[in-house]
Amino acid sequence: MAGVQVSNVSRSFGAHKALDDVSIDFADGGFYALLGPSGSGKTTLLRQIAGFDFPDSGRISIGGESVERVPVEKRRIGMVFQNYALFPNMSVADNVAFGLSVRGENKAVIASEVQRALDLVQLGKLGRRRPHQLSGGQRQRVALARAIVTKPRVLLLDEPLGALDKALRVDMQIELKRIQREIGITTIFVTHDQEEALTMSDRIGILRDGRLVQEGPPEEIYDRPKSEFAATFLGNANIFRGDATGNGIRLPDGTAIAAKVGDRLAGGAKASCAVRPERIRIATDAVVSDAADANMLKGKVSKRIFAGNNSTYFVERAGQTLKVIVQNTGADRLAEGQDVVLRWSPESTVLIAAG
Amino acid sequence: MMTTRILEGLGRFYIGLLLAFLYLPIIIMALMSFNVSPFYQLPFEWTTEWYASLWHNDQLIAATWNSLEIAIVTTIICVVLGSAASLALYRYEFRGKKLLQALLFPPIAIPWLITGTAMLIFFFGVGIGRGLFAILLGHVALALPYVIVVVSARLQTFAPELEEAARSLGANQWQVTMRVTLPWIMPGVIAGGLFAFAVSFDQFVVSYFLATPGQTTLPVEIYAAIRKGFTPEINAVSTIIIVVSMALMLLTARFFKFGGEK
Repeated sequence: MAGVQVSNVSRSFGAHKALDDVSIDFADGGFYALLGPSGSGKTTLLRQIAGFDFPDSGRISIGGESVERVPVEKRRIGMVFQNYALFPNMSVADNVAFGLSVRGENKAVIASEVQRALDLVQLGKLGRRRPHQLSGGQRQRVALARAIVTKPRVLLLDEPLGALDKALRVDMQIELKRIQREIGITTIFVTHDQEEALTMSDRIGILRDGRLVQEGPPEEIYDRPKSEFAATFLGNANIFRGDATGNGIRLPDGTAIAAKVGDRLAGGAKASCAVRPERIRIATDAVVSDAADANMLKGKVSKRIFAGNNSTYFVERAGQTLKVIVQNTGADRLAEGQDVVLRWSPESTVLIAAG
Repeated sequence: MMTTRILEGLGRFYIGLLLAFLYLPIIIMALMSFNVSPFYQLPFEWTTEWYASLWHNDQLIAATWNSLEIAIVTTIICVVLGSAASLALYRYEFRGKKLLQALLFPPIAIPWLITGTAMLIFFFGVGIGRGLFAILLGHVALALPYVIVVVSARLQTFAPELEEAARSLGANQWQVTMRVTLPWIMPGVIAGGLFAFAVSFDQFVVSYFLATPGQTTLPVEIYAAIRKGFTPEINAVSTIIIVVSMALMLLTARFFKFGGEK
């Protein structure tokens, strides 16, 4: 096991900057998600860490050892590919044995290690099957067993759950997390699925256009996004744009919004505020007031989407559509077209420098 | 209902006609190789005399061995070089790759008569001259593009992540090729090898140009024998060749399904 340090890594393909001065410290034993839209450079970064491709500049080290010019086969990493990449000409057991076999391990050791790895992913009895006889979830497990049986220093996962259907994906998320905890391996996970990133990882790195936008624990990124992009890419957010006032912003129509989270900005600068939809309270009048909910806006419900455990209200206000998510508590529901008052606290409001 | 049946009948008739056209001459020749009369006279009387006398025709036997040896060596050379070339074309980008790939096809389309003439002139020019070695070189040059085309077609169905997965597990280039890539393209390699064998073994034109009177291949020897005077031995040897060639082609069909299922 080992941590991974990526320092100032850049990589261009022709004129396209796939990675632009990216630095991330992946601590030993952690579970990281690299999150970003397609083309953000997350897969390029994973391939640099794996050793399929070398950076133009910058350093990569695994367990303190510089590896940026070491080819993949010498890096002692384990990788799970998007489409599993199981060897079709080999049985499940031979697939898992491959990494040990090319290292010249003796047969008895290989057999017992393979069995252990297959047991770990709960496929102990399927060793003799061929990959094409397995379901998607089973292939995923074989790919994982194959990647970890060689005791790699780091486990790299390239959108490993993308090809599975929703229910199976949730099962595999839990399973993957269990296995990762059990063997304690540093894991780096590329995904474009924000929910997956939130539920599985200890830390998340958000990439955009080859740059690292923000990095930290999921709670921190969700609660204190440092950019509009981070706020809207990881979860939903209502974004207000205006001028910084010292303790919040003033919208173009003069409404003040107080913010107690995020950057401290000097008055006058362009700034945004981000508010999560579930932090906003919605009511039909201003009477039920709460001193803490200092921010208030009036609007009109344009649409309601009922999702069982909650409802999402779309509220029109000064040409902007705001989203409010309300838990289903059995209280009266608001009708479309109704005038409403939105309230939320400055503690739920994140101030973001424009940019 | 009625029309379908008529169309079906016509279809069957057409296929029957086609097969008869293709196979009847061959079947007649094969039958005549077992007929006592050397002049195709009926009634048919069974004999294996012509096959027996084939055994004593030293020239024909020597030519057969030459043909087999050349075909086998051609196959081995073409399979090794052709598979390696296909892998290189698949894996690497290099200057002139497109041109090289384009240049692989015309030799298949150029008439063998022209290729044969060109080779004869060239081999004389560079001092190789005629003979079995020249024939071997000629056959390799003729068969190599077939192997590359067939193996490359198979490689198009190969998922490149498989090589990456193998490398991530610590396999070096040689191990990746031998244990992951080669097993996948094996049907193509076998089919390419059978093609190469067939191209060489059935080759007449180029061999005829490059052969010397004493040292020749089976098709050239047969041609020479027919010019001297026809004997049913030729029927016998032709039957043997047809059986071998058809067996090879059936094997090819079995192994090679242009990028279809495994």
